[in-house]
Amino acid sequence: MALVPGVIKGLGVTFSEIVKTVTKGPETVQYPHAKEDPVPRARGVIALHEDNCTSCMLCARECPDWCIYIEGHKELAPPRRAGGKPRSVNKLDRFDIDYGLCMYCGICVEVCPFEALFWSPEFEYSEPKIADLLHDKTRLGQWMTTVPEFEPYEAGAQVKGKKVPR
Amino acid sequence: MSQLAVEFAYWQTTIFKLVMAFVAVLIPAGGTVYLYLFKMVSFMQSRLGPMEAGPYGSLQLMAEVGKFAQKEDIFPARADRFVFAAAPYVVLVSTFLLVLVVPFGPDAAFANFDVGVFLALAVSSLSVIGILMAGWASASKYSLLGGLRAAGQLIAYELPLVLAVVGVVIQAGSLNLQRIVQAQIEGEIFGWGALGNPFVITQFIGFFIFLVAVQAELAQVPFDMPIAESELVSGYMTEYSGFRFLLFFIAEFATANIFAFLASVLFLGGWSVPPFVTDLLGIDSYSNAMNVIGPIVMATKMLLLTFVIYWVRFTYPRFREDQLQKFAWKFLIPLALVNIALTGFFKVAF
Repeated sequence: MALVPGVIKGLGVTFSEIVKTVTKGPETVQYPHAKEDPVPRARGVIALHEDNCTSCMLCARECPDWCIYIEGHKELAPPRRAGGKPRSVNKLDRFDIDYGLCMYCGICVEVCPFEALFWSPEFEYSEPKIADLLHDKTRLGQWMTTVPEFEPYEAGAQVKGKKVPR
Repeated sequence: MSQLAVEFAYWQTTIFKLVMAFVAVLIPAGGTVYLYLFKMVSFMQSRLGPMEAGPYGSLQLMAEVGKFAQKEDIFPARADRFVFAAAPYVVLVSTFLLVLVVPFGPDAAFANFDVGVFLALAVSSLSVIGILMAGWASASKYSLLGGLRAAGQLIAYELPLVLAVVGVVIQAGSLNLQRIVQAQIEGEIFGWGALGNPFVITQFIGFFIFLVAVQAELAQVPFDMPIAESELVSGYMTEYSGFRFLLFFIAEFATANIFAFLASVLFLGGWSVPPFVTDLLGIDSYSNAMNVIGPIVMATKMLLLTFVIYWVRFTYPRFREDQLQKFAWKFLIPLALVNIALTGFFKVAF
């Protein structure tokens, strides 16, 4: 009867799992007291490095669910060389990401040509009110401190690596 | 209790026994639910289980009871209100009636019935009525199907349960649970009496059938077709919430313990310890000290058996309805009958 060994084996599996958990500890962590190490390139929250942003709107246009709001205006900046003409630059007035809409696809981070957007593994930013999930540029800028060093992609990957500004 | 210096009046012993009945039902139920249902199953899944309420989550059960007590008391619109409300109590009463027959020591028993085995098996069937009442009165298809499946299953597995015990009764020559324990203390294995003769040695087939049938009687996995949560939501318990659900919950796990108590009395020697241990300690197997040691021994044996019950519960997937019925009628019952015949044969031969 081929059934019997399997039946006994099943009991063995569950029992050895008990022994494993008692001796080596569980696979889980007790969350509020201990936190799991984030996986490489974990997608927790998007951080904004404001100095690099040129308000080119590429991220806002590529965003599949239109959760990025960008407003800016032109400003005259001092010339690079003495005696030159004042430069015209884009100044960022508003850069909001609505995390109530965001689906964490990361396309904005991918398309940003000036390395202004980064993934941070932080995930503890739930709010009682859905409107509070709209993070403005100061809040997005604060996430920059939590961005880990960029881990290079696997050999042969098409995407270029990012340098995290500190 | 005649050996005590103080004589107690009838009402005093009655109140004492009432309190002890609650202790004997609720404390082991709570203990095993915490130990096995919360912790052991968590360890099997490589997690720690409840850890927040009390040290190591030990007060989780209190939190659960508090949660159930707060819940709204819901009657389905078309439910038969009286039957619906009475059903959990009927199930719970069968649990409390069952504990009456279990001896915890030479004198520490709620009642010493001459037909204890018979009474135990009779009142354990009462829960079927409560479950059918719950299934019918809920006025829900899930509940009705669950109730009917439960009735079919409990009746099918009642038979092997009874037949498995018959072997023990033949060997002990008595239906009295105290006499069955006594027979195990005084029994000898081919003239060697140091271990006594726990009936599990000779009645191992009966022991196996008893444990399987108990698993089915309690509607535990793999025999949980009546409360199959993935198809019948929760069977006859679907429409119950709050305190009434808690009563079903208590009844289920308390009955598991009491069946474990019964199994240890019938097969593992009950409250007795092997005679060589009592010889070592220099006490008589029927002395007053055994009234204190007995309940501890019983609790240990109960914990071992409930471990097996929950171990099996959390290991196997569910039987299909036809497999479940076939297993009872085509395998367990014939096996039990063969066991009875063999027991009878050896009883006459030796």
